[in-house]
Amino acid sequence: MTCLIKGCNFVLRNIPHEVFAYQKDSDTEFRFQTNHPNIFPYLLVNIGSGVSIVKVESEDKFEWIGGSSIGGGTFWGLGALLTKTKKFDELLQLASKGQHTNVDMLVKDVYGGAYQTLGLSGNLIASSFGKSTTADKEFSKEDMAKSLLHMISNDIGQLACLHAKLHNLDKIYFGGFFIRGHPVTMRTITYSINFFSKGEVQALFLRHEGYLGAIGAFLKGAEQDNPNQYSWGENYAGSSGLMSTSPDVYPMQRTRSGTFDMLEMDRLERPLVNLPLLKDPSTYIPDTVDLTDDAMARKYWLTCFEEALDGVAKRAAASQPDSVDAQERAEKFRQKYWNKLQTLRQQPFAYGTLTVRSLLDTREHCLNEFNFPDPYSKVKQKENGIALKCFQSVIESLDSLGWEERQFALVKGLLAGNVFDWGAKAVSDVLESEPQFGFEEAKSKLQERPWLEDSYSQWLERLKEGPPHKCALIFADNSGIDIILGVFPFVRELLSRGTEVILACNSGPALNDVTYSESLIVTERIAAMDPVIHSALRDEKLLLVQTGSSSPCLDLSRLDQGLAVLVRERQTDLVVIEGMGRAIHTNYYAVLRCESLKLAVIKNSWLADRLGGKIFSVIFKYEVPCK
Amino acid sequence: MVMALIQESFFLPPLDFSSSQTWKSCRCPACSCWITSFFPWFGLDIGGTLVKLVYFEPKDITAEEEEEEVENLKSIRKYLTSNVAYGSTGIRDVHLELKDLTLCGRKGNLHFIRFPTHDMPAFIQMGSEKHFSSLHTTLCATGGGAYKFEQDFLTMGDLELCKLDELDCLVKGVLYIDSVGFNGHSECYYFENPTDPERCQKLPFNLENPYPLLLVNIGSGVSILAAYSKDNYKRVTGTSLGGGTFFGLCCLLTGCSTFEEALEMASHGDSTKVDKLVRDIYGGDYERFGLPGWAVASSFGNMMSKEKRESVSKEDLARATLITITNNIGSIARMCALNENINRVVFVGNFLRINTISMRLLAYALDYWSKGQLKALFLEHEGYFGAVGALLGLLDSA
Repeated sequence: MTCLIKGCNFVLRNIPHEVFAYQKDSDTEFRFQTNHPNIFPYLLVNIGSGVSIVKVESEDKFEWIGGSSIGGGTFWGLGALLTKTKKFDELLQLASKGQHTNVDMLVKDVYGGAYQTLGLSGNLIASSFGKSTTADKEFSKEDMAKSLLHMISNDIGQLACLHAKLHNLDKIYFGGFFIRGHPVTMRTITYSINFFSKGEVQALFLRHEGYLGAIGAFLKGAEQDNPNQYSWGENYAGSSGLMSTSPDVYPMQRTRSGTFDMLEMDRLERPLVNLPLLKDPSTYIPDTVDLTDDAMARKYWLTCFEEALDGVAKRAAASQPDSVDAQERAEKFRQKYWNKLQTLRQQPFAYGTLTVRSLLDTREHCLNEFNFPDPYSKVKQKENGIALKCFQSVIESLDSLGWEERQFALVKGLLAGNVFDWGAKAVSDVLESEPQFGFEEAKSKLQERPWLEDSYSQWLERLKEGPPHKCALIFADNSGIDIILGVFPFVRELLSRGTEVILACNSGPALNDVTYSESLIVTERIAAMDPVIHSALRDEKLLLVQTGSSSPCLDLSRLDQGLAVLVRERQTDLVVIEGMGRAIHTNYYAVLRCESLKLAVIKNSWLADRLGGKIFSVIFKYEVPCK
Repeated sequence: MVMALIQESFFLPPLDFSSSQTWKSCRCPACSCWITSFFPWFGLDIGGTLVKLVYFEPKDITAEEEEEEVENLKSIRKYLTSNVAYGSTGIRDVHLELKDLTLCGRKGNLHFIRFPTHDMPAFIQMGSEKHFSSLHTTLCATGGGAYKFEQDFLTMGDLELCKLDELDCLVKGVLYIDSVGFNGHSECYYFENPTDPERCQKLPFNLENPYPLLLVNIGSGVSILAAYSKDNYKRVTGTSLGGGTFFGLCCLLTGCSTFEEALEMASHGDSTKVDKLVRDIYGGDYERFGLPGWAVASSFGNMMSKEKRESVSKEDLARATLITITNNIGSIARMCALNENINRVVFVGNFLRINTISMRLLAYALDYWSKGQLKALFLEHEGYFGAVGALLGLLDSA
C-alpha cells in the first residue's frame, strides 16, 4: 500500500493530464484535468476483490479509513454463479448488453406512474434484484450481470461519498482491477458518485492507475537517490497511449486490459516549479486550444504535422551526414511519429489532452529516441554566424533613430526575427527555397499596423510615461536572426533604461530554438562587440538561465527552480514571451501578476484564418494586471 | 390468494349519522381527500414486496353500538380477529398484537396483518365485491403502493385512498408504539455483548428520550432517516441493497421461493466458504490497516474460483448473501451515523423479521467498527410502523 500511494503521488505530481473524469455521452469520453499544484488531501478508492478507501494527506501520511467487501471479487464471484460466465471481461461484456430494469425493482415499480409527483426519478433503483424474488421466472445473463454491476458500482460510490463527506474531501481517485480501463465500470462509478454527492464530488480516474504500485516500488528502491529532488516528464515516444473505450472498434486492445501498456518517464536533472508570477497556478492551462475538444482544429493540426513529417525526417538524416545509419534511423523516426499521429487520429485522448504542444513534444521525443537529439544544430550554427555579422550594423542603424522611432523599430525587429522559424512549415519552405531571404525582407513581409492584436500604443505609452521596469524576464525562441538581431537589440534597450534582464532559453534542443548553452556562446560573442551587453554581463544586470524544458512550447507551471528563484530575487515586473509555440499555442491566455508582452508572427495560414487574419499577421499583446 | 375480508355480501342500509360512532369529517391536509374515521380503523402500508395492515379492534363496544353495528362491519371484525391466516398468503402476526390499547378514547386491540404486494389487486377486488366503500370510512395508506394502487382503489373498489407520507408515518409509528410499550414489556431492545456469541443477550432498551436517532428501515430497499425531534427529521440516504436483494439473489442462487425458506437455508450455511476473508489473503490479521482476520475482504470473493464454486452448498450461498447485505447496511448506517453525529441507530423493517442472524450481526458490526461508540437498537414490531403511522394519520386528522 505504501508503494501504491507513493506511485499515486508521483503520477499526480509529475504526469501532465494524468487525471481524467469520464463522460459517457460526450464527444470526448475523457475530460483531463490540469495538474493541481497542491495534490493533497485526496481519497484513493482501490477496487480490487474488495474495496479499500485510503485518505492521503501528504507524501508520507496516509490512512486506511474504510472499506467494503462488495467489490470486484463480488462482481466476478457472484456474476460467475449467476451467469455461469467465468471471465471478468466477459461478465463486463454481458453487463454492457443487459437491461437492469428487468431484474431490479425501480421506484416506478413501487409507486406506479405517480412517482413524478414526489420529485423522485422513477428510474432509481429501489431494490437491486428486487424483481427476481420468484423461483419460476428466468432472467437473462445480460440483465443479471448489468443489475449486479449497477448494484456494486452504486454501493461503492455511495460509501466513497460518505467517507469523503466525513473527511471533508472533494477529490476521489478510483483504481484497481475493477476500474482499470473498463469504460462500463468507469461509467457506473461516475454516475453513482454524481448521484450520491449531488454533483459536488467528481469521480476521477488515473491514466497510469495500473502502474501505481510498480512506480512506487521503483521510487522506494531509488530512495537513496532522493527522487523528489528531480522532476519527471512523460516520454510520449516510449509510452503507449490510453486504450480506446469502444470495445467494438478496437477488440484487440480490449483484451489487453492495460497489461502490456508502457509508460516511459524521463528524469529531468532539476526540479521544475511554477513561475512565481502566475496569477493563479491552480487554474493555469499551458494550452490555448484543446484539440481533443475541437475536432476541426484537431484534423487540421494532425494533417499539418503529417505533411511536415517527411521534411523533418529528411533534415534529421541530413544533420548527421557522417553517420552510416542516419537514413535508416530517420525512416524509423518517420514511421514511429506517423504511427503516433494515426493513433491520435483514432484516440485523441491517448496521452491526455491533445494539444499542439503535445504534438510538438511527441515529435521531439521521437527524434530523441532515434538519436537525433538536435537535427538543427548545423543550421543553427550557420544562422548564428550570419546574424552575428549583421549585429553591429543593425545596432548602428537603430541608434541613429529618434527614441520613438527606435522603440517601434525594436519591436519590428523582434517580430521580424520571429519570422525565421524552421518550426513552421510555411517558413521552412521559404527558407529552404530562398536562403537569401533577409532580415529586411522579413520586416517588409510583416503586416502593417494596426496588427491583428495590437496594443503597441499602450506599450509605447508605458515606456514613455512609466518608470523603467526593475527586471524583465524574456523567453527567447529561435536561434540566429531571431535571438541575435531581434531579441538582443531589445535587451540592450531595456538595459540602457536601467532594467535588468533575465534571458531564459531551453535547457535542451527543440527545433531551431536557441538552447541555454548556445545562448552563452552567442552572448559572449555579442559582449565582445557591444559595451552595453559587456558591462551588463559583468555587473550581473543581464542574466542567462535555462527554462528546464526541451520543448518548442512553454509550460509556465514547469520551469527550472533556478529561474523561479532568480525571478523572485530580482523582483521581475515584466515578462516577454515571443514566438508561436510559446506566446500563441501555449500562453495566449496565461494571466500573470505583472506586466507582460506576448508577441508572435502567425506563420500558419489556418491559424491566422481562425484568429481572423492572414498569414504573417502580427500579434502584439501587452497586458497590465488588473489592480 | 383470498383476502376474504368480508364474507357475507349484502346491500347496506344508509348510515344513521345520529349514532354514537359518527365522527366528524375533515379535509386531509396531505392529499385533501375527505377523511371520515368511522369504524373500521385501518392503517395500510403498501411496500414493494409486502403490504402491512394494522387493524384496531374496539373492545369497548356498548350493547347499543353492537346493535347498530352494520353487518358488514361486524363481519370484518369477526373475520379478522378470529383468523390468523387469510387466504393462502395473508398472515396475522398474533404475537405482535397489542392488547387493551386506548386510541382516541376507545379501548381495543391492535392487530398486525401482512400479505404480498402482488396480491393487492385481489385484495381490492374483494373489498369491491363486499361493498367496503359503503362503510363510509377513509382508508389511510402509505408506501409507494398508495400511489401505485390509488386508481385501482377508486375504479375497482370505489374507495378514495388517503395517501400519507411514508417518512411521516414511519416516524410517527415508531414513536407511538414505543410510547405505549409492548403489552407491558419494552418495545425497544438491544443486544448486550454483541461481540461475544456466548454472552450475547437480548435486553430491553428505554427509548424515552429518543432524539437524535438514526432510523434504518430495511424493506425491499433501505431508507435511512435522521430524527432530531418529533417534527424535525429528514431522509439521509438509502440503498437499493436491501431485503429484496437478499431474497432476490437467494431465489436466483438457490431456487428457494419464500423469504422464510431463504432465511432457513442461511441459518444452516457457512458464508466463509463463499466469501474471501482477510485471513485468506493475509494469513491472519492485516495489522497495517487494523483489519481482523475474520473480516470479509471480498464478498463472494472465493466464487471467482471454479473449484470453490463447485464445492459450496445452497445453504452457504444463502448465508453469504445474508451476511453481505447485512454487513453493507451496517456499514452505510455507521457512516451515516458518523456524518450526522448520532450514536443510536434503530433498525426496523420486515427484513429483520425472524432474522436473528442479521440483527446480531448488525449489533456486532456497529459495536465493533465504532469501537463501542454506536448502539444498534431494534423494535419488536419491525415492519409495521408505517402502517401504524397511517392509522394514526386517520385518527389525527379527524
